[in-house]
Amino acid sequence: MPDFLKLAVGDVVAEQVFDITRDSLVRYAGASGDFNPIHYRDDVAKSVGLPGVLAHGMLTMGLAIQPVVNWLGDAGKIIDYGVRFTKPVVVPAAGSTQVTITAKVGLLDEETTRARIDLTAVCADVTVLGKAQAWVQL
Amino acid sequence: MVNPNIEGKTYPKSDAYLVGREKIREFAKATFASDTSLNLDAATAAGHNDLVAPPTFPIVLQEFGLKLVISDPEAELDFSRVVHGDQRFVFERPIIAGDLLTSQLKVASVKSLGGNHMVTFETQIQDPSDNLVCTAYSTLVVRGADA
Repeated sequence: MPDFLKLAVGDVVAEQVFDITRDSLVRYAGASGDFNPIHYRDDVAKSVGLPGVLAHGMLTMGLAIQPVVNWLGDAGKIIDYGVRFTKPVVVPAAGSTQVTITAKVGLLDEETTRARIDLTAVCADVTVLGKAQAWVQL
Repeated sequence: MVNPNIEGKTYPKSDAYLVGREKIREFAKATFASDTSLNLDAATAAGHNDLVAPPTFPIVLQEFGLKLVISDPEAELDFSRVVHGDQRFVFERPIIAGDLLTSQLKVASVKSLGGNHMVTFETQIQDPSDNLVCTAYSTLVVRGADA
């Protein structure tokens, strides 16, 4: 468990690159029950005007918090987590696309020893999540 | 489109959902999670009785309420025009394998914005004694006909 007293606003606490493939999308569809075909079928994605098959927003949100969970060593320390879905993550049929997550200390609450961790999620030089913030209990 | 009159409407509470250990593992693998959501020793070392659900796992419970909205003729929600705008989970305590949980969705607000509608749902996830475990907030953007 990280030491609250050693944290400072602006500290980068975790950084991780995720490789997203079509397999990732199919696996997430099965685990979550979200079988919207825009997440696995090119023809359907094109027919509704999308640039290609997209990752589920909830997959991006789900993986974006994992570097923070790894840093804390306990998923149960995440007490509040929210994001805005600002740009889609397009996933090619073959190969993968990379999503880079950076987690920084945004705010420290000394009374409760809680920290707000601000996340950035970047895919192909574009920020794909907005206002991605998690409150963690230290 | 969506019917603005559903603002404030509360949908029936779901049946109790038993959070399975292997369901947590499946969801954890799908969201690149590790340790306390996969490994029982790690979870108990962190002070939990069983595996801890990943932070976005309550989306599975939110889905029960959302299905009721989609099938509600009064809501007139055209799901083919829906984009997920934002999502938030506020935890009173972690969700642990073995938990028996219900979810109940309320339409918190319906707003109109430049031909689109923004519908915000608030889902309360409770234990069998009606104690709040987690609140899920979700905003869907429903694109207008010419948007």
